[in-house]
Amino acid sequence: MGCILTFVEQRGGVPRKASLEALSQARRLAQGAGWTVCAVLVGHGVKERAGELGAWGATTVYVADEEKFASYSAEGYSAAIVAAANACPPAAIFMAATITGRDLSGRLAARLRVGCLADVVAVSLAGDRVQAVRPVYSGKALATVDGGNSSPVVVTLRPNVFPAEGGGAPAQVVELPPVEATIRSKVIEVKASEGGELDVAEADIIVSGGRGIKAAENFALIRSLAEPLGAAVGASRAVVDAGWIPHKHQVGQTGKVVSPSLYIACGISGAIQHLAGMSSSKVIVAINKDPEAPIFKVADYGVVGDLFQVIPPLVEEIKKLKQE
Amino acid sequence: MKYCVLVAYVPDTASIIKIGGAGNRIDEGGIKWIISPYDEFALEEAIRLKEARGGEVTVITYGPDRGSTGLRECLARGADRAVHVMGGEATFGDAFAIARVLAAAVQKAGPFDLILCGIKGVGSDQSLVGAMVAELLDVPHVSGVVKLEVGEGSLTAQRDVEGGTEVFTAPLPCLVAAHKGLNEPRYPSLKGIMAAKKIPIETWKPADLGLDEAALGGAEATSRWLKLELPAAKAGGTILNGEEDPAGAARELARLLRHEAKAI
Repeated sequence: MGCILTFVEQRGGVPRKASLEALSQARRLAQGAGWTVCAVLVGHGVKERAGELGAWGATTVYVADEEKFASYSAEGYSAAIVAAANACPPAAIFMAATITGRDLSGRLAARLRVGCLADVVAVSLAGDRVQAVRPVYSGKALATVDGGNSSPVVVTLRPNVFPAEGGGAPAQVVELPPVEATIRSKVIEVKASEGGELDVAEADIIVSGGRGIKAAENFALIRSLAEPLGAAVGASRAVVDAGWIPHKHQVGQTGKVVSPSLYIACGISGAIQHLAGMSSSKVIVAINKDPEAPIFKVADYGVVGDLFQVIPPLVEEIKKLKQE
Repeated sequence: MKYCVLVAYVPDTASIIKIGGAGNRIDEGGIKWIISPYDEFALEEAIRLKEARGGEVTVITYGPDRGSTGLRECLARGADRAVHVMGGEATFGDAFAIARVLAAAVQKAGPFDLILCGIKGVGSDQSLVGAMVAELLDVPHVSGVVKLEVGEGSLTAQRDVEGGTEVFTAPLPCLVAAHKGLNEPRYPSLKGIMAAKKIPIETWKPADLGLDEAALGGAEATSRWLKLELPAAKAGGTILNGEEDPAGAARELARLLRHEAKAI
C-alpha cells in the first residue's frame, strides 16, 4: 500500500487554496488505489489548526513548527519535507505548482535524488506508478510523463485545475522532532503588492488587455471589467514590453501559463505565444475589432467591435446580472 | 569574480509544434533554435556584473551539436569562455539527469562565485534544473529573480510571488535563476561577433565528467516523456457583430456567459 505525502503551503497559518486542490487530488487517487494520504505543514505557529487538513483528505499531518521556518527557504522546507517523508514514507510527494512549490520541488527532488513531474494538469496511478500529463512548449503540446525510477516521485499540480473537495474527519497530527537544516538563502522581507492584487496564475477569471487598448491608462477600462467579476488583470507581451503594466501580469509563453474558468481577451490579436499561455482556459471570450484576429479561432464567444464601445455596456450588464 | 551561466538552446517560441519521432518528441524539421529567452536575462546580468566589477563569464550548455551556435552567440554578447557538453538525447526531458551533467560541468569548469540560469528552459517548461544544480553543488539558490545586488560575499535578490515580492539574501557562492524584468538583454555587436570567432569552444562529453549518459537515461532515469500529443482543436465559437450595436452585442455576450456558458 502506497502513501501520497502532500506538502501544504500556508500563509499566516491558512492553507493556500492550490494546496487544498493538490491534497484533494491525492485523496481521489488514493481512494481508488487503497492508498493513504498524509500531509506535511511547515512554518511557525501553524500546528494549532493542522488537524483541519483531515477535511481535505489527510489522515496524518506531519508538522514542522519551528521559528526557523517562519519565513520560506527552499533549503529549510526541503529538510522538513524529507523528515516527513522519512516518517511516512511516500510513493509520491505532491505539492501545488505555485511559485513557492515550483521553487521548492526542484531542490527537494535533487535532495532525494529523484525526478519531479512539474506543473501537471492530470495525474493518475498506473499500477503503483504515477503518470501525469503536463503542458509543454507552453501548452502547444501535452506530454504524458512518468518518474522513471524515481522513488518517491515529486509532482507539482497546476493551480485551478483540480477541484478542492472538503468533507472528512480531523487528521492525526504528528509533530516532527526539530529538523536539522542549513539555511543559507532565505526570505528577509515580503512586500505585499498594492491593493493585494489577485495573481493571474491563481485567478478563476482573467480579463486581459493587449495592444488594442491603445495606452497604458486604458488599463482602467480592463480593471473596470475585472472588478465586478472578481477577476485578475492579465496582459499580452506587447503591452508588457511597452511598459504599460508589470511583467507579472503577462500571459503567454514568456509570461504565465494559465487555465482559468473564464478568460476574456480584450484588444489581443492572439499571437501564437499568447495563445499558448491561455488556450487551455475553460471558456474564452475575445473582444477585438479585427474579425481576422487569430484569437477568434480559440474563442468560445467573441465580439467583433471597438472594445471602447463594447466594454462599458458589458460592465453595466454584468453588474445587473450579478444583482439578480 | 567568476560567473557561470547555464544556457539551453531551444525551439523558437514562435515555432509551430508538430509531433515526430516515436510519438514522444516534437518533429524538429523546420524548427529554428534560440537561446532560451530566460537564459538571456541570466547572461546579460553576468556580463553587466563583469563590466561593473571585473571578472570572467563562462557559459555552459548541454545538448547536441547545434548548441555550439548558441554558445557562439553568448560569446558574441560578451562571455569569455564557453563549454559545450555534447549529448542530451538519452536524458531528454529529465531535469535531474540534466542537472547532474550540468553540476558536474560547473564543478570541472569552476570554481565560480555566482552561477546564473533562466527560471526555465522554454519548451520543456519544467523550471527545475537551476534549484537541482544548486542542491547538487551544495550552494544556496534564489529563483525567479527580477532584481539582483551582488555584494562582497553575499547577494540580495527579489522575486515576484502571488500578491507581492519576496526579498532574499544568500551568501556566495550562490545560484540565481533569472526572470523577465531583471534586465534588458543586449544584441551582439559586430565587434563582439568577430571577437567571438577567435574563442575556441571547449567540448566535453558526460564521460569526461565521470557520468555514464546511457545509465542516466536508462537505469537511473528520473523522468520520461512517454507520449506527446497536440491539444484537441476547439469547435467554432459564437461570434457577435458589435460594430453597429456595441451595447446590444455586449448585452447578448453577458447573457450567453450567464445562461449558456454559466461562466459568470
